[in-house]
Amino acid sequence: MFFPTPDLTTLLGPLELKNPVITASGTFGYGLEYEPLVNLKALGAIVVKGLSLKPISGNPPPRIVETACGMLNAIGLANIGLEAFLKDKLPRLREIDTRVIANIYGHHIEEYGELAKALKGVEGVHALEVNVSCPNVERGGMAFGIDPVIAARVTETVVRNTDKPVIVKLSPNVTDITLVAKAVEGAGADIISLINTITGMAVDIESRTPKLGNIFGGLSGPAIKPVALRMVYQVARAVKIPLIGMGGIMDYRDALEFLIVGAQAVEIGTANFVKPGASQSVVEGLSKYCVDHGVKRIGEIVGSLK
Amino acid sequence: MIKKGDDKAMIDGDAEILFNHQVNHDTWLLGLKRSEPAVTMKPGQFVMIRVRSGMDPLLRRPFSVCAVEKDHFKVLYRRVGKGTEIMTQAKPGENFQVLGPLGEGFVLPEEERLPVLVGGGIGVAPLFFLARLLYRRNLEFMMGFRSAGDIIPFDELRLPNHRWSVSTDDGTAGHAGFVTDLLLLYLDKNRGLPLSLFACGPRPMLKKTAETAITYGIPCQVSLESAMACGFGVCQGCAVKTAPQESSAYHYVCRNGPVFPAEAIDWEAL
Repeated sequence: MFFPTPDLTTLLGPLELKNPVITASGTFGYGLEYEPLVNLKALGAIVVKGLSLKPISGNPPPRIVETACGMLNAIGLANIGLEAFLKDKLPRLREIDTRVIANIYGHHIEEYGELAKALKGVEGVHALEVNVSCPNVERGGMAFGIDPVIAARVTETVVRNTDKPVIVKLSPNVTDITLVAKAVEGAGADIISLINTITGMAVDIESRTPKLGNIFGGLSGPAIKPVALRMVYQVARAVKIPLIGMGGIMDYRDALEFLIVGAQAVEIGTANFVKPGASQSVVEGLSKYCVDHGVKRIGEIVGSLK
Repeated sequence: MIKKGDDKAMIDGDAEILFNHQVNHDTWLLGLKRSEPAVTMKPGQFVMIRVRSGMDPLLRRPFSVCAVEKDHFKVLYRRVGKGTEIMTQAKPGENFQVLGPLGEGFVLPEEERLPVLVGGGIGVAPLFFLARLLYRRNLEFMMGFRSAGDIIPFDELRLPNHRWSVSTDDGTAGHAGFVTDLLLLYLDKNRGLPLSLFACGPRPMLKKTAETAITYGIPCQVSLESAMACGFGVCQGCAVKTAPQESSAYHYVCRNGPVFPAEAIDWEAL
């Protein structure tokens, strides 16, 4: 019997991917670290570790703690900075036949603009993912992404300064995520990715101290999948631009749930730590699912919830 | 000079459990069949073990390698929590998913220096591997445990050229006190002798050992332990504060270590 290869090509507005599987920022390094374990060109795209203009050394330890079916992290956006990325990482990433998405983080709204400008015209960076879910020093520790007005201003600043598709990554730590989603759509975002981690904490009962040096951390892993799925479902009904769903995806079955509720693509995060080959397995699993279910194009599944 | 782990050698795959037996009240010795990485493993390197395929516990656990044989390697582990409790139940013939070898191991001591190994509790594991690699050489191996019952019986590892000494915190066996007391006694008796220190154990023990080595001007390598999610430099969860002269504010235990020169670490912050 003949099984045609299903078409996994994914169109995210102006961004075309060979398949809908992307590795999430902060869980895949600069991509190259995974070369011994993953066939990188099998992936739809790689989102690199969040980049800031200057290197950031990160938070005091302990930075991670395992919780039930998940983990908390408070890394503090440790990264090598844009300059080192362009010089030391990007040339090798360019040789790999996949899409590279630069996740950017600014301490101020202006810094987002500067990052976008610095990446303008840079070959081998195919899109920007704007991290609006981290502390805003300008506003006393609040996150950009929890205020629709600020999130829109950040989006608008990046859009104005780039020639690349703009993905805005939303925080789940809000009352109504659709308000922020509509705001960034209105400000010109091409794509929305969601969700970032859910703020949480853990306590050591012997020392009665927080288990994280930063007290709070971001919860990720299978524990947050139902919350993520609900939010993707809500945002899919609130905006017209394409969505990248993420939050606790461990295998292709989890990925399918996100596609069914309306995400055009998915990001794989914490699973990369647990099973380094997870992202590639999701691509293979999706392909097999399509064959088994007579699906010719992966797009047929998107938003097919009954 | 802090190096980065040689990740070219790392492999992720199933490893068959050859044996998994209890060696004292809370310590087990695990034998994992996996010829390929076994031959490339160096003392001080570690592996990440997924204790079962479910979602809880989610993350793999890091374990240093304590011995390498032709077709398998050994991991000595202490039952400390949920993950290691599950590991104790594993039977020969079953598999663990194992990623490794990972990290930077010990740099072997110069010929003219006498190696002094200082291990605390389960921290003796990577030192057993190092000691066996140095089987031809005269060597001083000091081990500290809480009590006589905590001593890890490893008589087959006793090599003719190696002098072993033991301390217990409660004095139920060997020297009564800490292993760092044994070290200080030894250093005072052997002033002027060129030595090279290798330490692994609880952080207060490492701190004491490192400070002693720095005071005496003896080269010292310490193997650190940390919680980590990935094991190869991606999650950046296993940060340790570096000494002021280092080029970066943090080193990562998984990639820059787990073995560090004593002077690279900020012992006050640890």
